[in-house]
Amino acid sequence: MKTTPPSPSTVDAQEREKPPVLREAPVTFRLETRNLSFYYGASQALFDVSLPIRERSVTALIGPSGCGKSTFLRTLNRMNDLIDGTRHLGEVLLDGQDIYAPEIDVVKLRKRVGMVFQKSNPFPKSIFANVAFGPSLAGTRDKNELAEIVESSLRRAAIWDEVKDRLKESALNLSGGQQQRLCIARALATNPEVVLMDEPASALDPASTAHIENLIFELKENYTIVIVTHNMQQAGRVSDWTAFFYEGHLVELGETKRLFTSPRKKQTEDYITGRFG
Amino acid sequence: MSIHLVHDMETLHRNILSMCAMVEDLVHRAVAELDRPDAELTHELVTRDDEIDRREVQLEEDCLKILALHQPVAVDLRRIATVMKISAELERVADLGVNISERAAGLAAGPEIAIPDKLHYMAQTALDMLHRSIDSYVEMDSVLARKVCEQDDVVDQFNREIITELIQVMHASPNLIEPAMYLFSAARHVERVADHATNIAEQVVYLVEGEIIRHRSEQHHGSVES
Repeated sequence: MKTTPPSPSTVDAQEREKPPVLREAPVTFRLETRNLSFYYGASQALFDVSLPIRERSVTALIGPSGCGKSTFLRTLNRMNDLIDGTRHLGEVLLDGQDIYAPEIDVVKLRKRVGMVFQKSNPFPKSIFANVAFGPSLAGTRDKNELAEIVESSLRRAAIWDEVKDRLKESALNLSGGQQQRLCIARALATNPEVVLMDEPASALDPASTAHIENLIFELKENYTIVIVTHNMQQAGRVSDWTAFFYEGHLVELGETKRLFTSPRKKQTEDYITGRFG
Repeated sequence: MSIHLVHDMETLHRNILSMCAMVEDLVHRAVAELDRPDAELTHELVTRDDEIDRREVQLEEDCLKILALHQPVAVDLRRIATVMKISAELERVADLGVNISERAAGLAAGPEIAIPDKLHYMAQTALDMLHRSIDSYVEMDSVLARKVCEQDDVVDQFNREIITELIQVMHASPNLIEPAMYLFSAARHVERVADHATNIAEQVVYLVEGEIIRHRSEQHHGSVES
């Protein structure tokens, strides 16, 4: 049966109706967990968590106290290995390779996946020595090269201008906010690909917090960042993706702007609106 | 949830409902005036409209205060956005009510003209849409809201038919051109009331489902699987 072709005006109308075709850049997951369960002895802390972490983005982990966020964060660079009696099931993949494979060098792993803690912990050494520590340990001996690494790291941590004239002074003389940025510089000195941050600003005043948040915004140009935070507004400000944990389960993962305006799960909505937790 | 936010949201909710009631009443009385023009009523409605304008500004200020002080998220954020939009829509509906009342007053001054039945049906449908869109907001009922959106086509069709009918009247009786134009204008305002009711309903869908459905084709006014 011969069909009548649509008229040009109909075709035009139909074309206008179609949403534009968006060509998205291919997504790269620098870090990914697959069916990850984690145990402290007989107590299970994480339940079957599969969470992909996008390259050069900030992923925030939120949830009430004790939900497993920090435990999860520490699995990403095997910091939980330092705790006796822990074990896991599932995989943690860095560039597709399971970091818990027997052949993995944990020291090299932690160079690639650096960490910044809630309470800043500079070594009782000079500012210079703090930042140079990691590269020195990794084998860098040339003084000029170390100096370049230190300056570059302090610049990337947005603290160079404040400390460039007192690199030989003790790091412990710095303010809380400066110490935390120094710790970030120390983590960056080993040229990591991923930076893990466990409530990096919770012990800081608002001005220092703003510095850290601005720094995170700059760092994500070059690094993949995973941050644990109790501060909903902070998660909203700094992150691209947000993962909500509850009692060891990953409840919801979504783009931050979507999760904070229209979360898909009621539990997520109840938590972020303060109705529980 | 902060007790301060709870208190502010409850106050906001009471105030928007109060505005809804005022606007519905104004439009009802304006539409009724088409059959019984009343210059005093028109004056009264203008005064009420001024009060509605004041409340709309107050609601916007209250919403901005909540956003600044509480940084609400998710459903609370969507509710604030919805209240801001709905109050603006209601303010326009009140203006349209005043316009309808003024057209009715204009009818009283000229030769008598029969009000087309379709204008009554159209007005009833538009008022029903307004009422149901407000109900859908109060009940957080996106299904009801989507049904309101579907009714807009009915009102549009009535409007087209009324225009055709009035054109015929004007051709047949040139002495009735002026009152016919008042009716034409009144019909146009009633049609716009229905449009604003649709906008309110679309905003309710956003509030409940988190999905913005305005500016989409009719088929998207139906439920969309996420």
